Amino acid sequence: MADETPDTPDTPDASADDAVTDASAVAVEEVPAIDPAVAALFERFEAALGDGVVDHADSFGTLVVRVKPDAWKRAAEVARADLDCDYLSFISGIDWMPAPKPAGDEGGDTSAPVQPDTMTFGVTGSDGRLQVFAHVQSTTRHWGVTIKTDVADPAPTVDSWVSVYPGADWHERECWEMYGVDFSGHPKIRHLYLPGEFEGNPLRKDFALLAREVKPWPGLVDVEPMPGDDTEEGDS
Amino acid sequence: MTSTETPGFEVDPALYSNLAGSQVNVELDTGDMILNLGPQHPATHGTLRLVVRLDGERVVAADPVIGYMHRGYEKLSEFRTYPQITTLINRIDWLSSFANEVPFVHGAEQLMGIEAPPRAQWIRTILTELSRIATIYLFLGEMGLQVGALTPAFWGFRDRELVLNLIESATGGRFHPNFNRIGGLKDDLPWGWIAECRTTMDKILRGCDDFEDVLVGNEIFEARTRGIGIIPGELGAAYGVSGANLRASGIDWDLRRDGKPYLAYPELDFKVWTHSDGDSFARYWVRLQETREAVRMVIQLLDGLPAGPIMAKVPRIIKVPEGEVWVETENPLGQMGYYIVSKGATGPFRVKIRSASFSNVSILPWLLRGVYVPDVITIMGSLYFILGDIDR
Repeated sequence: MADETPDTPDTPDASADDAVTDASAVAVEEVPAIDPAVAALFERFEAALGDGVVDHADSFGTLVVRVKPDAWKRAAEVARADLDCDYLSFISGIDWMPAPKPAGDEGGDTSAPVQPDTMTFGVTGSDGRLQVFAHVQSTTRHWGVTIKTDVADPAPTVDSWVSVYPGADWHERECWEMYGVDFSGHPKIRHLYLPGEFEGNPLRKDFALLAREVKPWPGLVDVEPMPGDDTEEGDS
Repeated sequence: MTSTETPGFEVDPALYSNLAGSQVNVELDTGDMILNLGPQHPATHGTLRLVVRLDGERVVAADPVIGYMHRGYEKLSEFRTYPQITTLINRIDWLSSFANEVPFVHGAEQLMGIEAPPRAQWIRTILTELSRIATIYLFLGEMGLQVGALTPAFWGFRDRELVLNLIESATGGRFHPNFNRIGGLKDDLPWGWIAECRTTMDKILRGCDDFEDVLVGNEIFEARTRGIGIIPGELGAAYGVSGANLRASGIDWDLRRDGKPYLAYPELDFKVWTHSDGDSFARYWVRLQETREAVRMVIQLLDGLPAGPIMAKVPRIIKVPEGEVWVETENPLGQMGYYIVSKGATGPFRVKIRSASFSNVSILPWLLRGVYVPDVITIMGSLYFILGDIDR
């Protein structure tokens, strides 16, 4: 645990920072090493989607494309029609905001991983804290593409994919309850996992994991103090 | 009947128009009936609740209600270190726990830029295929149970135990091995294990023959499964249905062969079985062949098991560099995938768990429309889902 220093800012991804400034500057040459097959796949994607593309990257052999929010549904149509991606793997969201109360501060959970407390974005960057991403694949061509888009923070809304991939139904319901992202055009958005009266969006970073709030974990409270360990015994 | 007029309580005579006693030879207005299957129904293999609207015996609409076992693994993963998370993901699909660990550990290894030594990769492949056999073998027996044949279910449980014994003797855990380490495996195979494994594989092959003798070709079994619950291949793919369910619909796609190379699969000789019918029978048949194919793979792996270390050099405290990786594997129930986002800490920033059963079951509202109630059970049985794999 000693070598974890939360204040070391992870070297911010240069391409990600540029991408948020100007969406039109498609940074093809900034990505250093891109697999030829992935590059060819991206060319197909870009040729069909046009200026809806913001950025792209090759993440361990998988093409990641970030598209503009208004091109989100068109990206699905393009993936299905032009890239032969007939298979929907998943749709989900991501909240880039660092957890406000990082686990591991004094009295808390010392075993939990300490994440950086600055907001950094992953591959292909982001405009804000919330993003929706999906992965589609081709059962015939055996390739796949991860598509990301930014959604607004206060009232996140993005087009539904249900008319393109019927399987998007449950994934979007899950994303709606977990992140609060509304999918316009979804036939009936409602809770999937959680009970109907549940409030909050559990997978957002500011939604506290209750088990960690009420007592430090693992087992710092319930156990008797170790011999010689008379300093502190948890929050209680 | 309608003569009794209670003050303040007016009865509309139309209410009685469909009573059997009052009008004979008139088609009764039965109306739709809502039937709750589950969450404690024995045919649902857990706590899947299915609300079906029935018109007579026919399903008009079906709505699966899931989440009774939601454990929030995606949230919990953000509070755990990488080695701790394998404990959680063991419990996603609890029948093939070992196969769940593989993609996650593989993803972390990719992010860290390390690779498990060949022997570890091969043993992982063996244990993955053993989990596949254990998982599907139970299905082969249980599917008989769905149509009223009790014997195959006992066979399924009996012989699966042999495979679980193998897994237990190698890993220490019957259901939850937690045997993968980032960079390799916890231990090598115990002495005598390989010979034991060969004996068991023979028994499994013979068991597959028994299933085929008893069920495939059986008039009742075929009547209850042929032409029932047909998934068109294209629609299945758009729903994200994967694994044997998709291959039974004629889609020739198996990540072991077609995905990014992982484990020892590129060096194995195996056939991907498909079936063109897409019905419950096809799903049974494809899984039966897959079990045999898995046995063939295990034999090949045992024959060619390389010597060498089982752990790569990894730092004592595992810190995973910044990055994102999508790893997918062909698991017994279908495509299992993890999208791991790391910010350079000892734990992941975000883990998206893509589990097979979730998507496999999401087609149920479409699939169950118009089928008869008894077929609901066989269709659900033939899709073969694990509740933990739906609810995560």
